[in-house]
Amino acid sequence: MKGFGIVTTASSAEHPTRRDFLFVATGAFAAVGTVATIWPLVSQMSPDAATIAAGAPIEVDLKPIAVGQDIKVFWRGKPIYIMNRTKKQIQEARSVAVDSLRDPQTDQSRVKDGHDNWLVVIGICTHLGCIPIAHEGNYDGFFCPCHGSQYDSSGRIRQGPAPLNLAVPPYQFVSDTKIQIG
Amino acid sequence: MSGPSDFQPTNPVLKWVERRLPILGLVHSSFVAYPTPRNLNYWWTFGAILSLMLVLQIVTGVILAMHYTPNADLAFRSVELLVRDVNYGWLLRNMHAAGASMFFFAVYIHMFRGLYYGSYKEPREVLWILGVIIYLLMMATGFMGYVLPWGQMSFWGATVITNLFSAIPYVGDSIVTLLWGGYSVGNPTLNRFFSLHYLLPFLIAGVVVLHVWALHVAGQNNPAGVEAKTEKDTVPFTPYATIKDMFGISCFLIFFAWFIFYMPNYLGDADNYIPANPGVTPAHIVPEWYYLPFYAILRSIPNKLAGVIAMFSAILVLVFLPWLDTARTRSSKYRPLAKQFFWIFVVVCVLLGYLGSQPPEGIYVIAGRILTVCYFAYFLIILPLLSRIETPRPVPNSIAEDVLAKYGKRVASVAVAFVIAAGLIASSTQNARAEDDTPPMQKWSFSGPFGKYDRGALQRGLKVYKEVCSNCHSLNYVAFRNLADPGGPGYSEAQAASFASDYKIKDGPNDQGDMFDRPGRVADYFPPPFPNEKAAAAANGGKAPPDLSLMAKARSYERGFPWFILDFFTQFQEQGPNYIDAILTGFEDKPPAGVTIPAGTYYNKYYPGHAIKMPKPLSDGQVTFDDGSPATVQQYAHDVATFLMWAAEPQMVARKHLGLQAFVFLIIFAFLMYFTKRKVWANAH
Repeated sequence: MKGFGIVTTASSAEHPTRRDFLFVATGAFAAVGTVATIWPLVSQMSPDAATIAAGAPIEVDLKPIAVGQDIKVFWRGKPIYIMNRTKKQIQEARSVAVDSLRDPQTDQSRVKDGHDNWLVVIGICTHLGCIPIAHEGNYDGFFCPCHGSQYDSSGRIRQGPAPLNLAVPPYQFVSDTKIQIG
Repeated sequence: MSGPSDFQPTNPVLKWVERRLPILGLVHSSFVAYPTPRNLNYWWTFGAILSLMLVLQIVTGVILAMHYTPNADLAFRSVELLVRDVNYGWLLRNMHAAGASMFFFAVYIHMFRGLYYGSYKEPREVLWILGVIIYLLMMATGFMGYVLPWGQMSFWGATVITNLFSAIPYVGDSIVTLLWGGYSVGNPTLNRFFSLHYLLPFLIAGVVVLHVWALHVAGQNNPAGVEAKTEKDTVPFTPYATIKDMFGISCFLIFFAWFIFYMPNYLGDADNYIPANPGVTPAHIVPEWYYLPFYAILRSIPNKLAGVIAMFSAILVLVFLPWLDTARTRSSKYRPLAKQFFWIFVVVCVLLGYLGSQPPEGIYVIAGRILTVCYFAYFLIILPLLSRIETPRPVPNSIAEDVLAKYGKRVASVAVAFVIAAGLIASSTQNARAEDDTPPMQKWSFSGPFGKYDRGALQRGLKVYKEVCSNCHSLNYVAFRNLADPGGPGYSEAQAASFASDYKIKDGPNDQGDMFDRPGRVADYFPPPFPNEKAAAAANGGKAPPDLSLMAKARSYERGFPWFILDFFTQFQEQGPNYIDAILTGFEDKPPAGVTIPAGTYYNKYYPGHAIKMPKPLSDGQVTFDDGSPATVQQYAHDVATFLMWAAEPQMVARKHLGLQAFVFLIIFAFLMYFTKRKVWANAH
């Protein structure tokens, strides 16, 4: 370690010398330069401008969806279930005691006021990302075939390993028969 | 790498590891305690620079591969989108593209240094041969990397180079077919080149390990060319060599950054911004600069097989160098004749490189043949002969003695270089052709290190494009969202959205399976005026109007010597906009007397060959501007050229902005490194 001796022996904490300052400044510059070089190398992995632009809001026409049916649309590469719920499904979703749920949320908080029949959820199981099948399972909602998670007609987790309810994407009604997702 | 080390860590964990895998000892003995001659000059820092370049090329290359699509239909577009849309994509691509050139630049200095100081001589023959292998691998890697963007030069470079193998008797054609994976260069070729381009750098890294190993066995050569004998002759690698290498690297990075941030297309070819077209060969095929000397040798020989053999021999002769030059004295410092011939050889190589870039005609061919003979004569005649007849000056007894002695004057070699440079400039002024069909120089708001796009010009240019150019020309790589990007025309998101909604975009299929038109969104790209290239050609007299997105970078003209050297310092790179401006204003109603042009073409003063298929597109008063700018062809041409420059390089403002920061940083860092190096070395003298 003969070499390193030269760098370290001359320094003394109480009396910083000009040499110490030079070494510290050079080292600091090298460190800053390294970090500044690494930044673009990491930043390039975030979604590029074209991907971000393609993730703009989409509009979905609800007219073709009859009561009791659902469609799957894609937004930002994610499947979105849009379900026109029956009276019975709404009833079931609202009659359950919220406190008893794993991820307590009222059905009202998961749909838009005045559009109680429309359930819009991201169709990705909150367990490990599989796509649950609509109108299956014990709760008249969704059943995930991967690990058996079951969601009710409000998309809330009722049974199985998933920790959370199916997420509700940002959306709004632009008219009675059209929604904008995103 | 120089045998077992007595290094013992004090930390118990490290101790535990070290007993089982003595890796710290290896690093310590190779890169810390390793004795390095104390008289090494800065030419020796290029070894470290090359290591850095290899790492940088691998890192940036792996990243580019994350965004690149190796498919003949998608490759070109994927590179463009990488540059335009990926965060710092332009930076990474410039680093990788300019990095290849820097890598070769550094390796040539490294090789010439080895040549000058006799670093290939006993006991370093294997070290030298490993270096030649690395160089060959680099050439293969560089060539295949250049194919990947799938532009015109990529495609035709691949065609020409793979066809070299067809010169081999009997099996040549089969080998070429094997390389292509088809009947011509195509998608399979691109795929395998991508695969191999990813593989070879790791092979290089492997051979570099052997190279360094061999170096650490034989020990470094040094300017005196005498072996280190006592401890006085050497200093430990760390901190002496490391700090010196770091300083060398910091200076090299300044040079490198000049290309990355200010001259990214200086070393490239404009034709490579035209997507590969198997039907049209560019008028003037030139390889990347680092292959030019060998390309010149290839073209000097009028026989196909002999030319190929000569070209490969020019590299392979290096392998035999240790046995061609048998002189006892290593360093040319003490070899008065060898030193002169060395510099002549350097000039021969540079001139061969220049000839390789010129068209193979007239005086260039003759000069090429003479220089080819000189190239081989250096290795096969001069060096063996000198070993026998030259009387070397006495070498110092030891490195320590060499350090104490005053260095010989370098004035001579500098003077020689100046004389040659002056001669070149003088000769060039003689054959500088006063051609008046070179596009005239224009003033551009975006030129120089602080250049920015003039917003007004961009907005006016966009208007002219929309109302006139877009009737025939597509703008495939520009999206409506780009109109709101920083550094561009400066529209707001809402303005861009409303601009987009004026366009009809084909979308679908819908639930009925039909395609339909919908208003444009910001994420859409400018729609092409014709559904496909055939339709475009049919509607325009048989030739499809080219896409304009990259026009400002895809067109250029010869600057000639010495301008192309001065351009490097003045950062002149506006050939494209000058050309566009000149074409738009260069139409003349009637060709000059004595000039005939084919039917269906129009006379344009600045178009190569003068017969352009595009009728005069702009006339005074055709487009009116809201800002009161004159409605003249001059104004239109200038604005369209500005707009197209932006379309070709929307990230330019970001590039120059970051470049300034990088330069301030690098210059301060280089100064700090210099003083740190001096402080550290103060103890060694």
